[in-house]
Amino acid sequence: MSKTLFDKIWDKHVVTTVEDGPTQLYIDRMYVHEVTSPQAFEGLRRRGLKVFRPEQITCMPDHNIPTLNQELPIQDAISKNQVDTLDRNAREFGVNYYPIGHALNGVTHVVGPENGLSLPGMTLVCGDSHTSTHGAMGAIAFGIGTSEVEMVLATQCVFQSRPKTMRITIKNSLKSGVGAKDLALYVIAKMTTGGATGYFVEYAGEAVENLSMEGRLTLCNLSIEMGARGGIVAPDEITFAYLEGREFAPKGADWDKAVAYWKSIKTDTDAQFDKEIIFDAEDIEPRITYGTNPGMGIGINEAIPVLSRDGAFPVSTAEEQSFLKSLEYMGFQPGEKLLGKPIDYVFLGSCTNGRIEDFRVFAQFIKGKKKAENVVAWLVPGSWKVDRQIREEGLDKILEAAGFEIRQPGCSACLAMNDDKVPAGKYAVSTSNRNFEGRQGPGARTILAGPLVAAAVAVTGRITDPRGFLNADNADNADFRR
Amino acid sequence: MEKFVTFTSTVVPLPIENVDTDQIIPARFLKATSKEGFGNNLFRDWRYDKNDQPVASFVLNNPVYKGEILVAGKNFGSGSSREHAAWAIAGYGFKVVVSSFFADIFKNNAMNNFVLPVVVSDAFLAEIFENVDKNPEITLTVDLENQKITNNATGNSENFAINSYKKECFLNGFDDIDYLLSKKNKIEQFEKAN
Repeated sequence: MSKTLFDKIWDKHVVTTVEDGPTQLYIDRMYVHEVTSPQAFEGLRRRGLKVFRPEQITCMPDHNIPTLNQELPIQDAISKNQVDTLDRNAREFGVNYYPIGHALNGVTHVVGPENGLSLPGMTLVCGDSHTSTHGAMGAIAFGIGTSEVEMVLATQCVFQSRPKTMRITIKNSLKSGVGAKDLALYVIAKMTTGGATGYFVEYAGEAVENLSMEGRLTLCNLSIEMGARGGIVAPDEITFAYLEGREFAPKGADWDKAVAYWKSIKTDTDAQFDKEIIFDAEDIEPRITYGTNPGMGIGINEAIPVLSRDGAFPVSTAEEQSFLKSLEYMGFQPGEKLLGKPIDYVFLGSCTNGRIEDFRVFAQFIKGKKKAENVVAWLVPGSWKVDRQIREEGLDKILEAAGFEIRQPGCSACLAMNDDKVPAGKYAVSTSNRNFEGRQGPGARTILAGPLVAAAVAVTGRITDPRGFLNADNADNADFRR
Repeated sequence: MEKFVTFTSTVVPLPIENVDTDQIIPARFLKATSKEGFGNNLFRDWRYDKNDQPVASFVLNNPVYKGEILVAGKNFGSGSSREHAAWAIAGYGFKVVVSSFFADIFKNNAMNNFVLPVVVSDAFLAEIFENVDKNPEITLTVDLENQKITNNATGNSENFAINSYKKECFLNGFDDIDYLLSKKNKIEQFEKAN
């Protein structure tokens, strides 16, 4: 029978299926961070259990950790307690562990792929919704709650009902100045914030095939923002070239065997998806969001829509109320254009856009320009590995010459659990994944964008279409198409 | 865990769509290492102003509305996988959340904490909001055995879906880990075969 990529991986990991119930799914690797794990380890202790397969568990603190002076004790006592608790649990239960300052520490969803821990054909989970990121490697990867973290620690299995399958095909190529983040924000706006709930999404088509590994990681990362259980991209030569030689990727004969298997798991040509959706890459412009969920987005030159009960496209009372509440929080009006709007903060980083390529795009744009004086910029590499690469490539020199500083790795201002909080009422253009109310600090107003738009905002201090600059010196245009 | 039995309660209405997990429990309250106490910060930034004073207009601060059933607009629980959202809802004292649509991970997390997510039609949901707006005393009855929810203001009822495994868990107070641990042999066999 013809199968999708998702079906092939899923079926290979089914241990049992409970009658009229969920599937018991075997998990190849679980990532664990400090926020969603303490109660799970405590649960094991209460039940008198060990970790069933400690070699398949990888722990690292990322959410709470400071992005300055990581070598000093964490100032916030409650954050410190949570990070210390992970330290204690990781050592007591004997799992793989990359503490603060470790050469492999960083944001979990950056660290896994870049070290070859996340591989095609795997099932991967973490107590974090952005686990969908790892699907870019050609894996089934999804976020779980703490009870499920405990299940995996105890049995290396979770209970999941089988999601439906959806294929989103992006035909044609992305235009110059449009990247993976713009593509993702476009898809989410079209699908809406709950539009893919219940589905596992395979991304396909020319625009996706042409994305770099980093671009695919950004795209899959944001799958959860339209409610999808996860996103996946078929492994291909780009995937294999990215993985070959990475620390935990198979080596020698094992590598050849693995690649042969990975090539065999592509979706069969006549396989059926429960839903098929097609978009055209040529319709996509650089994107920004204007509201308080990632589906509330527009092309950078467009105006905020007007949603009302008695408008041309009438909406329900609850929808109108939710829309107006959102705009009120953001301080915007229906129908308003955002181009030229002054911005206070710029954040480059997170599991969405904290990879080396994001820093390359940002630095390449910044080269020879200066940071706008009204902007506070937080540039936070996704991992120490990314940090080392930034320095090896001399991107740090370009950024420092333009008035930027590079901070230490962590989740940082994406969810503001550490000190990197945007003050109430201030506007932040952020390369992260959520613009929810208060996400970047109580009262903070978040506008999501890709690294290129963030760079243009960082030098102009306003919402700016980066393509205006690209046309001026378009020699490097092709390099921005990611 | 406590067994789930049929019950009738007044409701707390929250007619907002896409209520995300950062609204249910903001990230700065995720630093605890136990499951206790999250109920105090449920909907924190809607419930309290920046000086920690209750916002009178928010439904949880309105003594007129109380009960063990939260009724919310569609796509409730979108965003993060934080189980703290389910702990906050359970900790506050809700046993059931009614909406026309739930985000996936939240739904699993809720069930793993014996908070029952009940999916109803848009029309049924809109009617509850209308009824409770006119009369905060109206009640809903949730009958899990028969998978039926009744709006006692109108007598209208709807059936809701739940897989029979999870239904058994709720009715008997079992959790998944007990079940999975009983399957250790199968897991080891699976590992050998793959």
